[in-house]
Amino acid sequence: MKFKFIYSFVIFFIVLIVSFSCEKFVPASPSDEDLLEGPISGLSTQEINQFLRGDEAFNEVFTTQNGLGPLFVASSCGACHSGDGKGHLLTTLTRFGQVDSTGNHFIGLGGPQLQNRALPGYIPEQIPAGASSSKFTPPAVTGLGYLSAVSDESILSYSDPYDLDGDGISGVPNWIEIPSYIIPLPNAITNRDRYIGRFGKKAAAYNLLHQTVNAYNQDMGITSIFHPFDVYSGLEFDPEVPTQTIHDVVFYMQTLKAPIPRQQNDAEQIRGKEIFNQINCSSCHLPTLKTDYSPIQALSLKEFHPYTDLLLHDMGPDLDDGYTEGNAKTAEWRTPALWGLGLSPNSQGGQYFLMHDGRARSIEEAILWHGGEASNSKNLYQNLLQQDKEALIKFLKSL
Amino acid sequence: MKIFTYIFKRIFCFLLLTYFKLEANTQSDSIQFFQKIKEDTSRSKLNMDAVYNRPFLSVGKLPIAIGGYVEANTEYAAKDGVSNGFSFQARRLTLFFSSTIAKKLKFFSELEFEDGVKEINIEFAAMDIEFHPLLNLRAGILMNPIGGFNQNHDGPRWDFIDRPISATQIIPSTLSNVGFGFHGKYYFNRWIFGYEAYLTNGFDDQIISNSLNRTSLAEGKHNPERFIKSNSGLPMFTGKIAVRNRKIGELGLSYMTGVYNRWKQDGLILDSKRSASIFALDFNTSLFNQRIDFVGEIAKVWVDVPDTYSQTFGAEQFGGFVDILGAIYRKPILGWDKAKILIGLRLEYADFNQGIFKETDGNISDHIWAMVPTISFRPVGTTVIRFNYRYHQEIDLLGNPPARTGIIQVGFSSYF
Ligand code: HEC
Ligand code: HEC
Repeated sequence: MKFKFIYSFVIFFIVLIVSFSCEKFVPASPSDEDLLEGPISGLSTQEINQFLRGDEAFNEVFTTQNGLGPLFVASSCGACHSGDGKGHLLTTLTRFGQVDSTGNHFIGLGGPQLQNRALPGYIPEQIPAGASSSKFTPPAVTGLGYLSAVSDESILSYSDPYDLDGDGISGVPNWIEIPSYIIPLPNAITNRDRYIGRFGKKAAAYNLLHQTVNAYNQDMGITSIFHPFDVYSGLEFDPEVPTQTIHDVVFYMQTLKAPIPRQQNDAEQIRGKEIFNQINCSSCHLPTLKTDYSPIQALSLKEFHPYTDLLLHDMGPDLDDGYTEGNAKTAEWRTPALWGLGLSPNSQGGQYFLMHDGRARSIEEAILWHGGEASNSKNLYQNLLQQDKEALIKFLKSL
Repeated sequence: MKIFTYIFKRIFCFLLLTYFKLEANTQSDSIQFFQKIKEDTSRSKLNMDAVYNRPFLSVGKLPIAIGGYVEANTEYAAKDGVSNGFSFQARRLTLFFSSTIAKKLKFFSELEFEDGVKEINIEFAAMDIEFHPLLNLRAGILMNPIGGFNQNHDGPRWDFIDRPISATQIIPSTLSNVGFGFHGKYYFNRWIFGYEAYLTNGFDDQIISNSLNRTSLAEGKHNPERFIKSNSGLPMFTGKIAVRNRKIGELGLSYMTGVYNRWKQDGLILDSKRSASIFALDFNTSLFNQRIDFVGEIAKVWVDVPDTYSQTFGAEQFGGFVDILGAIYRKPILGWDKAKILIGLRLEYADFNQGIFKETDGNISDHIWAMVPTISFRPVGTTVIRFNYRYHQEIDLLGNPPARTGIIQVGFSSYF
C-alpha cells in the first residue's frame, strides 16, 4: 500500500516535470547568426509558404524513379549546397570546351559540363581530347535575392574597364546572351543584345531562374519546360520537374536570408575591417550594395553587405584554367561574395575549400592565390604584421 | 495572450502524458471465455522460436489460435531546437494466427498494419513440416533469419518504444520474403543449437536509388512484386546458426547474400550482377544473478555499388545496438501480482557509409548514434508501458556539425 502510493507519486512527479518542460529536455537550436538557412525577415504568410515549398524542392532527392540522369553530377540541389552553404570537392563539378568569346566548341561532345556520374548501366562522360577545363566548387546560395535586385546601372558604375582611377583594378561585367525563356529586368542595360550576367563563378548566368534551370539540367539530368533537352541523348523530353516547382525554388533562392555578421564589437575584428579597406580588398569585395525596386517588398530598396562588386576581374595566370563562359576571359572570375565566409566549414565538412575550385584550404591560402588585378592587394597583405593578418582574418571569419 | 497559450500548452502536454498512465491502469483482464496459451518465458528458447512462442488464444474447439499485439505512443521531438510539436503515433497492430493442421504440420501467419493503414504487410505466412527435430521444411512467406531483432521483434518484448536504428536501417527489419528452406534444433544438456537456411526472393535496385540518398537495404523492400518474383532472377540466401546455454545466454551468427539488380531482361544482359550481403552477430544474456539483461546485435553490410555511381551511396555499412535492462521493482502493484518496473539504457550506432572520398581521401561520415534511457512498467509480462527519452546525433555525409535530436516518448505495447 505504501509502495503504491510512492510509486504513483514518483511516476506522477516525473510526468509532471517532463510535461511542464518538454522543450527543456530537447537540444536547443543554434543561434540564427550561426545558420545560413532561413528566410529574410518581413515575408508575408503566402511568401513564407512558397519559401517552404522551395526549401523542400531544393532538397528533393532525384532517383531513377523521378528522372535522375542518366548522367549527372549530384542528385539534389541540397547535396551540393548543403545547408545552403558552400560545397565540398565531392560535389565540385567540371566544365570544359570554351576558350574565348566565340563560344563553346564542345557542345556536341557533352559540353559545357562534365557529367562525371551515371546510373548503373551507363557510362559517365569524359573530357574530350583537346578541351580545356576548369573545376567549380559549389558556392553558398544565401542572400542571392539581394544580389539579383541590384540594378545593372549600379553594377556598371563599379566597373572601370580602362582603370581610369589607376588603382590597378578594372572590373568588367560579363556580357552574355540570354535564353529566350528569361524576361530581363525592366531597367536592364544591354550591349549589342547582350545582358549583364551576375551569377556563377564567371557571372555567366543572368538571374536565378537561369542558374536554376541549368542546375536541374546539367547537374542532375532533370529536364524542364525551360530546358527540355536531356543531357545524355540530346533529345527533347517531357519536363521531369514541374514548372511551379522551379518557380518555388527560384523564390527560395531569392528569399534566403543574408548571412548575419558575428562578433561585431570585437576590437580586433574592427581593426581587421580597417585593414581590409586599407589594403584595397574592398575595391573588389565591395562592402555595401543597394537593391533597386523589387516585387518582393522585403528586398526592395535595401542596403546590404555582400563584399562583392558582381564584376569580373583578371586574377592572374595562376587562376587561369584556360576555360571560360560568355564574354569573360579565361583568367577572369567574378568577385565572390564574402558574407558567410566564417560559416563555410559548417557545410564543407569542417574544413575550407575556397576559390573557384576549392584549392585554398584556408582563408590565408585564398588570399595568397590572388594575382592579376589583385596582386597589389595581395602584396600589401603579405607585408602586414602577423597580428594585422590575424585581425584581417578574424574580420573575414566574422562575416 | 502569450501566457494563456503557454499555460494551455503545458496543461495539454501534461494531460497527454498522464493519459497513457491512466489508460494502462484501468485495463483489466476481460478475456475469460477463451483459453489463453501463454508464451514460454523459460530460458530454453532461441530467437528463432519467437515466431511460435507468443501468447495465443484458442477459441473453443477451433483448430486455430489467434493472437496479436498493438503499439502506440505519443512523442514530442525537436531537431536542433526546431519542433513540430506533439504527435500521437499508432505504430502498428499485428495479428497472428497459428494452427496445427495435422501431426507435424504447422501453419503460422502474421499480418501487420503499420502507421494506421499506411502499410499492410504479410510478415509471415509459412508452413512447417517436421521430418525430424533437426530437419523441418519451412515454405511460404518467412522471416529472413538475419540478426536477432528481425526474428524477435514484437513490440511488447521490448522496453524501448523505437526499434533500434541498426536493426531497421542497417538490417532492414522487419524483413520477410517468399521462399523455402530448412531449420532444426538440437538439445544437449544445457545447450541448444539451432540452424536455419532459406532461399528467398531478394532486394531490388532501390537499395542504391532512393530518396534517402544513401545505400539502404530497407528501401529495397518496397518493391511490391517482391512476393511474386525475384528482381534479379536469382534467389537470396539467408542462413543462421545460434547457440544457447541456459546459464549463459544466446549467440547467433547470420549471413544473407543475394544479387539485387536487374542485370538481365528478356535474355539481354543489362549490367553485371551486383550483390548485397549482411553479416550479423546477435547475443542476449543475463548477468549479475540474472538481474541485468543485455541484448544486442551488430551488423555489417556490403553492397556492390558501381564505381561510376555516386559515392553518396556507400558500399559498406556498419551498425549495432546494446540494450541494458534491469528490474528495480518486482512486487504486486495495484493487484497485478507480477508487476515489474524496469530501467534501462539503449546505446546504438549506425554508419551508413563506411569509406573515404575519392576526391579528398577524407572519411565519409553519414552516421548516427543514439542514447535512449527508459523506464518501463510491466503490469503483466505481456504488456509494457514505456517512458523513453531519446537523444541522437546525426552527422551528414561530409562530416558537418551534427544535427541533434531529442525525443520524449510515452507509449505502450501489449499482446492481446
Ligand atoms: C553538382 C553540384 C550542384 C548541384 C546539384 C547544384 N548546384 Fe548550384 N552551383 C554549383 C556550382 C559548382 C555553382 C557555381 C556554378 C557556376 O559558376 O556556374 C553553383 C551555383 C549556383 C547558384 C549561383 C550562386 C552564385 O553566387 O552565383 C545558384 C543560385 C545555384 N547554384 C542554385 C542551385 C539550385 C537551385 C540547384 C538545384 C536545382 C543547384 N544549384 C544544384 C553546384 C551545384
Ligand atoms: C581584383 C579584385 C580582388 C581583390 C583586390 C581582392 N579579391 Fe578576393 N577574390 C577576387 C576574386 C575574383 C576571387 C575569386 C577567385 C576564384 O574563384 O578563383 C576572390 C576570392 C577571394 C576569397 C575566397 C572566397 C571564396 O568564396 O572562395 C577570399 C577569402 C578573398 N577573395 C579575400 C580577399 C582579401 C582578404 C583581399 C584583400 C587582401 C582580396 N580578396 C582582394 C577578387 C579580388
